[in-house]
Amino acid sequence: MSDILLSAKNLTVRFGGVLAVNNVSFDVRQGEVFTLIGPNGAGKTTVFNLISRIYTPTEGEITYLGPQGMIPLSSQPPHKIASLGIARTFQNIELFEHATVLQNLLIGRHTHHRSSLFSEVFFSGKVRQAEIDAREKVEHVIELLDLQHHRDSMVAGLPYGVRKVVELARALCTEPKLLLLDEPSSGLNVEETDDMAFWIHDIKNELGITVLMVEHDMSLVSKVSDRVLAMNQGEVLATGTPREVQTDAAVIEAYLGSVDDVSSLRRDAAKTEVRA
Amino acid sequence: MRFIFKTDYGQDINLAKHGGHVFWYSALCLLLVAAPWVFSEYLLAQLTFILIYSVVGLGLMVLAGFTGLFSIGHAAFLGVGAYTQAVFTGMGVPFPIALALAGALSAAVGVVVGLPALRVKGIYLGIATLSFGFIVEEVFARWESVTGGNAGKTVGQVNIFGWVADTGASFYFVCLVVTVVCTLAVLNLLRSPTGRAFVAIRDSEISAQSMGIHLAYYKTLSFAISAALAGIGGALYAHQIRFLSPDQFNIIQSIDLLLMVVIGGLGFIHGAFMGAIFLIGLPQAISSVKEFLPSAIGQAPGLKAVIYGAVLIGFVLYEPMGLYGRWLKIRTWFQLFPFYRKGMFKRQKSFQKSDRLK
Repeated sequence: MSDILLSAKNLTVRFGGVLAVNNVSFDVRQGEVFTLIGPNGAGKTTVFNLISRIYTPTEGEITYLGPQGMIPLSSQPPHKIASLGIARTFQNIELFEHATVLQNLLIGRHTHHRSSLFSEVFFSGKVRQAEIDAREKVEHVIELLDLQHHRDSMVAGLPYGVRKVVELARALCTEPKLLLLDEPSSGLNVEETDDMAFWIHDIKNELGITVLMVEHDMSLVSKVSDRVLAMNQGEVLATGTPREVQTDAAVIEAYLGSVDDVSSLRRDAAKTEVRA
Repeated sequence: MRFIFKTDYGQDINLAKHGGHVFWYSALCLLLVAAPWVFSEYLLAQLTFILIYSVVGLGLMVLAGFTGLFSIGHAAFLGVGAYTQAVFTGMGVPFPIALALAGALSAAVGVVVGLPALRVKGIYLGIATLSFGFIVEEVFARWESVTGGNAGKTVGQVNIFGWVADTGASFYFVCLVVTVVCTLAVLNLLRSPTGRAFVAIRDSEISAQSMGIHLAYYKTLSFAISAALAGIGGALYAHQIRFLSPDQFNIIQSIDLLLMVVIGGLGFIHGAFMGAIFLIGLPQAISSVKEFLPSAIGQAPGLKAVIYGAVLIGFVLYEPMGLYGRWLKIRTWFQLFPFYRKGMFKRQKSFQKSDRLK
């Protein structure tokens, strides 16, 4: 298939004796929202960290559609990942706290800057023009995500929900082809989660960015995802549309336990009810 | 209270954000230019020292305040600059060229010291730079053919292609020009992508890296810039003191420099200047009140060290943003009068951080 953007083959990661990810393979197609789900400790974030090269896989390989065809990501140093068009957010928000929202977003433009140190020291006309251009690009993202009010506020003083959006905005400022969202709705209230779903939709349909995300909120997952991959204890349980995965026996077992467990629970519950 | 209505991006980028900045900084420039006619010879020499230390402070501020890397051996870079200047001007090299060489050599040494910074962090980086400081001090003492060893080395006057700065006032102007140029260079750098990359590394390495910032390159660059500024400051220092010996660049000097930026206010360019004023001004202030104190206290040998220590503890406890932070608070109090509230500058509790880069 030619429309594959990122492909993971037989990924395995060991931390000492812990097998965090075991023989995981998946393909992310261009223009889709692909979601990783699974209970805590399933290895979802580890997969993310493999893609952004914070970890290196013990075995297996990730290939990515670069400008010159598919390339193995392991051949790239970590700081080159962003310029390949892969941007990410973090589960626990990693913003630059003591900088304004605008500065945070401008750091997102880092891979696009071309000025030399020398011209920056003199702040030549070219550097000034580049700064203005960068601000214009950033302004589009600010507008898309409704961050106008917070443009010049320090991140350290912003509420959690806004920080989450700023982090998404910063990732968008890199103009990515593939956006990795690590639990975009964690810590958000119902309305903020709805906004997030709306934005993910826009990012996919209007900006044409492929989204790979990790998410626990199943209503958000089924609302926005095209395909879902369920993991447990480092292994793939099922892949398919949200509906297929939700009805998959192995997935239900991972979340709720086996049918026997459930029926025994029911019996216990029935007994207690009778007693009461 | 001033509200700025922004209508174009230039207003974001310009150094002077509004008319008030233009007015006050012009006034400051006028005062500094008029200083030789306003102040006495002695005060002018102190002002020269403040300018010299400001340049060094700018360097340390780039490193510690903006990139988040601490150096407890910064006096070594000061020394490298000073001795380079002494050697080259001794050979008859004109001042501007010698100054550039002093900055360049310090930067080169800074790159070498910056390399361990890629591997070690926090307190371990402190230890690494501290040991580096000791090594360099020892080199100054032992390499007698170049540095003159413990006997010291005298430094000539500033000679700019035939024009000799032989008075206090003329040397003051040399320092003023160098300081203004260095300050503008640092300000320009900080509003460019490079400066933002420094801030990104300071606040979160992991996300800086995922935004495409090459950590090793920018950390080394920060060390190089910081060392270059310290070297330029050192070169001016050499001309001001006129006599160099290794013990001027010892651990106490390094700690003074660190103290300067912490008390001035980490992360603010103004902090470097306020710290320099503090560092040069405090000994003067102590000696002027000494006479009025009972002799048991006033003549006590460790008085200066005790006061320095107490002031530092006070700042760390009550004003971590330093003198500049205090100034910001006072200014806000007046701007908002009577609506200033105590918690306005209180830092919000940081949210939990995700996994750090090892």
